[in-house]
Order: sequence, then structure tokens, then C-alpha cells
Amino acid sequence: MAKGIVDIEDSSFEAEVLQAVTPVLVDFWAPWCGPCRAMAPILEELAETYGNKIKIAKCNVDDNPVTPGKFEIRSIPTLIFFKNGDVAEQIIGIVAKSKLEESINTILR
Amino acid sequence: MKTPDYDLVIIGGGPAGLTAGLYAARARLKVILVEKITPGGQILVTDWIENYPGFPEGLTGIDLVQKMTDQVNKFDIEIESAEVQGLDLSEQVKIIKLSDREISTHTVIIATGASPSKLGVPGEDSLYGKGLSSCATCDGPFFRDKVVAAVGGGDTAVQESIFLTKFASKVYLIHRRDELRATKIIQERAFENDKIEILWDTVVTGFEGLFNVEKVNIKNVKTGAPENLTVDGCFVWVGISPNTGFIKDSVKLDESGFIIANSRMETSVPGVFVAGDVRNTPLRQVATAVGDGATAAVSAGHYIENLSI
Repeated sequence: MAKGIVDIEDSSFEAEVLQAVTPVLVDFWAPWCGPCRAMAPILEELAETYGNKIKIAKCNVDDNPVTPGKFEIRSIPTLIFFKNGDVAEQIIGIVAKSKLEESINTILR
Repeated sequence: MKTPDYDLVIIGGGPAGLTAGLYAARARLKVILVEKITPGGQILVTDWIENYPGFPEGLTGIDLVQKMTDQVNKFDIEIESAEVQGLDLSEQVKIIKLSDREISTHTVIIATGASPSKLGVPGEDSLYGKGLSSCATCDGPFFRDKVVAAVGGGDTAVQESIFLTKFASKVYLIHRRDELRATKIIQERAFENDKIEILWDTVVTGFEGLFNVEKVNIKNVKTGAPENLTVDGCFVWVGISPNTGFIKDSVKLDESGFIIANSRMETSVPGVFVAGDVRNTPLRQVATAVGDGATAAVSAGHYIENLSI
């Protein structure tokens, strides 16, 4: 587990994401998904830069089927920004670091 | 003349761009590789590669990319995550416009690859990622014991349909002609697979669904009869389109938008080279992309040497 990235499970989703004080970015991924693995270094960099303002989290959809089902996820990587327990933004597919930084800055405003 | 920032700017970080970077860095060119998202390209969605020599057991696309990236990083090269907004190739020193600045260079290698083509039918954009996909390795496992459709008749469509049968209970393969274009051995595997039903002479006219894909609207091209296919998902593999939007008409393209080059990878503009899937080429494979990349980097080196004479 990379520094600063929280591993979310079905059982901890409520507490770690919906009840979180800071905004949370959850990366729904799986080990068999190449683009997801390619995104991993970008999320690590974001955790390093923004880790004190926004929680960066990963949810393995293989091990935790309930949470992705709740959000109707049919494609990964899917990245969801949560703020105060609500979905603030959802991004499907591989995405540039600069786009995620924009979203983070918007959500922190 | 002002010395440009770089000898070479490589646009795109798939196998073609990474190989060009490897050769250019070893030739001691001052080189930057600009990649829109993260190194890899289309190979990232490739489940398994067993036709790239040197890996007899086969390997996943992401593993191959990581090996290539590690190898490139052993040498002196800058890799930056940035999107190219435009090019000015009108002068000898070329200008590459990034979102935050402009960089100047003696030479450019365009290795931006290609993306899956769209069908261009209603519902396609809004349902993309919501049951509509072009990546079976990413999204196939979401369709365990579900019914899916696949569109196309080439190698990718047929091979990935077979892969989908690992998960789905049924795969409708929708093809506009009465025979497949895929390699014979792949066709044979599809015909033998009980879960695959091929809908011949059929085109997709739209997608319907409230939150996710629920129906594929199809039409038989011979009878004209429309039908709605109830599915949980649909995968579209109807060829690829070159990633040349930022190029406009600054280099010569073929009628499909792929960049025209000679065997040295020289485009219509001196000092501008091309490599990989974005080139007008008869074969688009990892093996051909790395060959293009090596040739393009060496050609760029020769071009720079001739400038200083």
C-alpha cells in the first residue's frame, strides 16, 4: 500500500468515505485492469501533494462487490469524489493528473 | 538562430514513443517525451500479449509497458505528463504548444497512436462507461452470468468476444456483413463457442437505458427489419481512429487521417517523423510500433546531424 492511500472495504466505506470530514477521492479498481494499474502512480503523487486536504482511497472491486454495485459501476477505473457523504464528481476511465488536480481544486474551494 | 529547447520532442508514450525515447536518449539527443495521461497507450487495455518476441510465456499489456518504461528511464530522458494543444511546424525550429507553455525543438516524433472508433449512434456517448465499453479486460468481469452484445467482425471484436464468454452467459456478436474479417483461427474458436451467437448482416442504430445500457437497437441490412436486443452491456470494436486532432493539416494525412511517411518515418514536413499506430501502416502491433520508434529516432538523429554541417 502506497503512502497516504487508504484501502477501502465494503465494511469501512461508510466510516471512511461517507462520514469523512475531508473530501474523499475513491479509485475503484481491480488487479486485472491494466488502465487501473497505470493510474496507480498518479494517485500516489496526488496523495503526496494533497494528502492533508483530501483523502485518497482505493477500493478493490473484486474483494468488495457491494460498494461498486451501489454506485452502478460498470467500468473501471472509475474515480468518484465524495464531499459530505455525497457524490461530487464521477470520472470514468483513465484520466490525466492535471484533470484530477483541477477537480481537487474545485472540490476544495 | 536561437538554440531550441530540445533536439527532439516525442509526442505519445506507447510502445512507439517509448522506443523512440530509448534510441534518442542513447544517441545523446536532448529529448523530452510528452504523454497525455500515463505511458502505455492502447496496450494497457490488452489482456494478454503472446506475439511480442522475447516473452515466451506471454505477459499482460501493463507489465510490458512497465518493463519498457523502466528500460527507457535507465537513460537520460525527460518524461512529462502533458497534453499537446497544437503545433507550429512552419519554421525550421518547431514549436510544441502545451497547456502551460511552449517548447521549441529541432525535431518531432508523433507517436500518438489511435483510439477505438465510435459507431456514432444515439445513446453512445451518454452510456459510455455505463455498460457500454471497448475494454473487455477492464469491464468484462462486471458481466458475470449476464448477457452482452459485441459489435464488429475483425480480430479484436472476435477475440475479445471469446474472452467475454469467460464471464458472460451469452455474447451476441453483431456484424454488418455475412462473413467475419478476423484471422481464421480466431473465427474457428468463435464458431465453436456455444455462448457466442453471431447476428449477421446487422448494424447497431442506437443504445437505450436509463442509468445503464438496457437495449441495443439493431437493424438487419438485408431485410431492413429493426429489433431491440435486451442486454446488460455492449462492447464496441469497429476499428480505430488516429489521434491526430491536434495536428490539423500541418503534416500530410491519408484519407482516414493517418500520417503518411516513407520507410525512414519521414512525414511531409522535414524534421517531423511518425511512429506506431498513428502512421499509415499495413500492420498495427507492438512489434511494428517499436520498429517504427527506433527508425524514427535514428532518422531524427540524422536530420539533426545534417543541420549542423
